[in-house]
Amino acid sequence: MSQAPQKDGGSPGGRPLLSVRELSVRFRMSGGREIAAVSDVSFDLAPGECLALVGESGCGKSVLASALLGLLPRNAYVSGRALLSGPGARDALDLLAADEATLARTVRGRRVGLVPQSPAAHLTPVRTVRSQLAETVRELTGRKRGELAEATLAAAGRAAFPADHLDRYPHQLSGGLAQRAATALALVGDAPLLLADEPTTGLDRDLVERTVDELRAHTEDGCGLLIITHDLAAAERIADRVAVMYAGRVAELTAAADFFGSPGPRHPYARGLLDALPERAFAPIPGMPPELGDLPEGCAFAPRCARASDACATVPALTGGVACHHPVTATDTAQESGHDIATAPDTDGTPGAAGPYGTAGGDDADGTRQPEGSRA
Amino acid sequence: MTRPTPPALELREITAGYDRAAPVLRGVSLTVGEGEAVGLLGPSGCGKSTLAKVAALLHRPFAGTVHLGGAPARGFRHRAPRAQRTAVGVVFQQPRLAADPRLTLASLIAEPLRATGRRAEAAGRTEELARSVGLGGDLLARRPHEVSDGQLQRACLARALALRPRVLVCDEMTAMLDASTTAALVAVVEDYRERSGAALLAVGHDRTLLERWCDRTVEMAAGAEAGTALRSARRAPADTSAG
Repeated sequence: MSQAPQKDGGSPGGRPLLSVRELSVRFRMSGGREIAAVSDVSFDLAPGECLALVGESGCGKSVLASALLGLLPRNAYVSGRALLSGPGARDALDLLAADEATLARTVRGRRVGLVPQSPAAHLTPVRTVRSQLAETVRELTGRKRGELAEATLAAAGRAAFPADHLDRYPHQLSGGLAQRAATALALVGDAPLLLADEPTTGLDRDLVERTVDELRAHTEDGCGLLIITHDLAAAERIADRVAVMYAGRVAELTAAADFFGSPGPRHPYARGLLDALPERAFAPIPGMPPELGDLPEGCAFAPRCARASDACATVPALTGGVACHHPVTATDTAQESGHDIATAPDTDGTPGAAGPYGTAGGDDADGTRQPEGSRA
Repeated sequence: MTRPTPPALELREITAGYDRAAPVLRGVSLTVGEGEAVGLLGPSGCGKSTLAKVAALLHRPFAGTVHLGGAPARGFRHRAPRAQRTAVGVVFQQPRLAADPRLTLASLIAEPLRATGRRAEAAGRTEELARSVGLGGDLLARRPHEVSDGQLQRACLARALALRPRVLVCDEMTAMLDASTTAALVAVVEDYRERSGAALLAVGHDRTLLERWCDRTVEMAAGAEAGTALRSARRAPADTSAG
């Protein structure tokens, strides 16, 4: 991996770049049905940090991204706050409360760049990459005609899009190049927050790695990266922290090194998801995720969970990074795997100084990337 | 045994593609033994999906022959005789593109039974198939847009198993799916193979997955040329180191 350990990620005063609190999204359907797509999601993202939001398809992670950009359909009802900080204290903006005009003119592309799920569908099919990129450069940076050509070339270069492919149409691009074209568009506005929604779907492993490495490289300039993915290997490769979503809620929010390495996930669902990987136990979690329109009372994972008890009839709060009444402890881990417990770091992590959603803040314990060797 | 059983699937010197002047594959050969699971690996655009389509008799090659259980394929696509066509089950990468949006999941699963005139046994068999892939309850009455990718892919796998194929071709079956659904679908395939002795050709780019899943993997390079033997590797003990 190419990323150097990150410098202290805290902005002045440890202010997070994005602070999401109790974000919920409900879809009202015909017949009075209600879909609870996202429930009570809270997290912080620091400048220069990469947070990976992982979970099964249909767990609400893409809805969350759409909510942050104000791109939800009309029957969606959003509550909570999503504070995006700006250069000055007065530039802070609640993305959930902002009106469409504000979002369209000052947020999308300018303060939040979106790397979309399927770039081939995101690009305009009847125009060349150069034409689309030039338009975006003109709109977002106000370059005049004389310098536009050069600025367009530079914009393509930032996403490693080859200049000799600029005059091609989207259908003439391979999956990897279409992805870079979409990334180039997302980077034009120098947005401090990059939101990547399943940016690697359908790419082969080499391209996945290259794509996420390139995204990660942009955090070196202090960009915050929120990557939404079902690809755990991609998340492990670039994330500082991981948020696991299940049935619209955050089940676990923790440092990537702890999650993928030792002590491992503490939420039984997160543990099951990781154990399902072919390089691990390759064993599926029994059952299927619940319907978001018909969630069970209490913990939504309880019907599939071997550790469930009567306590699980109430929804567990996210405390110390895990939302579970019976989280897996270091002792359980040692018993399961026969590891020497003495070498395992203390798992009873008290919430960091930054609070239960602890971003890097002033304290670098969470936000700093661990050197490669420590994650083996 | 006096005679060795013929391989379940044998592709000999296949040249195939979409333009005769520039075929995607040239003279590629691949054999899947009876009951064997072979993983076909390769980067995007190397022609592995084209080879999978040829193996499933869904794409007529420019040259070369396909043998199923020792018998040469006597046609491709709609010209394939029913007995051969139904001996191969296929699961594609994108369930949304492989499912008729007008059908309920139950009808989707039963489609091969109806198409081969076995409507009478469809009801009971559909339930059995649905249960084997973990689908039940009101999910079966829904249409594709009302279910998740993972649920739809489960239905597509059930459909592929409906006629009890001797060979199963899975072309990037799990590329869109999360780790748990991937492991669940692989378990369904392996359970079926154990009961039926069917062979498997699993196409993909996830080396870790295919090496864990299959008896051996075969590597295809971009623009596979005549005479290039596909590199083959036996299954190694599971590598437990992450990443």
